[in-house]
Amino acid sequence: MPATYTLISSNVLSSSAASVTFSAIPATYTDLVVKLSLRGDAGGSSNYYTIVLNSNTGNVYSSTRVFGNGSTASSDREATGNPRFAVSQGMPGASATSNTFSNDEIYLPSYTVSANKPISQFVVQENNDTTAYIQAQAHLFHSTATVSSILLTAASNFVSGSSFYLYGISNA
Amino acid sequence: MPTKVIVDCSTGETSIVELTAEEVADLETARLAAEDQRKAEEAEAAAKAEAKAALLDKLGITEDEAKLLLS
Repeated sequence: MPATYTLISSNVLSSSAASVTFSAIPATYTDLVVKLSLRGDAGGSSNYYTIVLNSNTGNVYSSTRVFGNGSTASSDREATGNPRFAVSQGMPGASATSNTFSNDEIYLPSYTVSANKPISQFVVQENNDTTAYIQAQAHLFHSTATVSSILLTAASNFVSGSSFYLYGISNA
Repeated sequence: MPTKVIVDCSTGETSIVELTAEEVADLETARLAAEDQRKAEEAEAAAKAEAKAALLDKLGITEDEAKLLLS
């Protein structure tokens, strides 16, 4: 890990929560990285969650993604602008193997630059079963504003033990 | 009542706040939408797997043999 990685804030849930927000993110870094290890309590082996930046729920989010689950590979695109980024596969849900969590990274380069923000995300699901997802997403946040808050909302709840780490990268 | 966690990066303080009734309703709407999307994706994946199996059956070859042909 580069020496320029700086932990800005973190939270490990001690009880379930419907959402986690990083607010008042300082504009003093070049890039941001969010490292997540998540599990949800909604039905199914894989749960959905969403990402909203700067509390902006206008139709300013688009994504292209590829994903596979061990037997099927697929890709799709939400091109027309949505009110949030959707991360639809990869977070273990209620019926996934007990005590398994995802490995998830969101990279936000140049988050203070006055331009639309391309964002990458990689999610790997842990599940001791024949089906477990890996998903890569190319997001675009259609906003020139500096990213100052990140809201992650579970389909139902993020369970206790889910962890959220926000890093700043200088001189990336 | 469900809660939300807010991490204030300027102070390092974390607060846990109960959701309002409106936020709970929004969450339920999102949950139902997510559930619909998940079911649609699973149905699409199942349909693809079924079509693949049918094609292999039609060709009279196994999946491993198909992979060998494409390698």
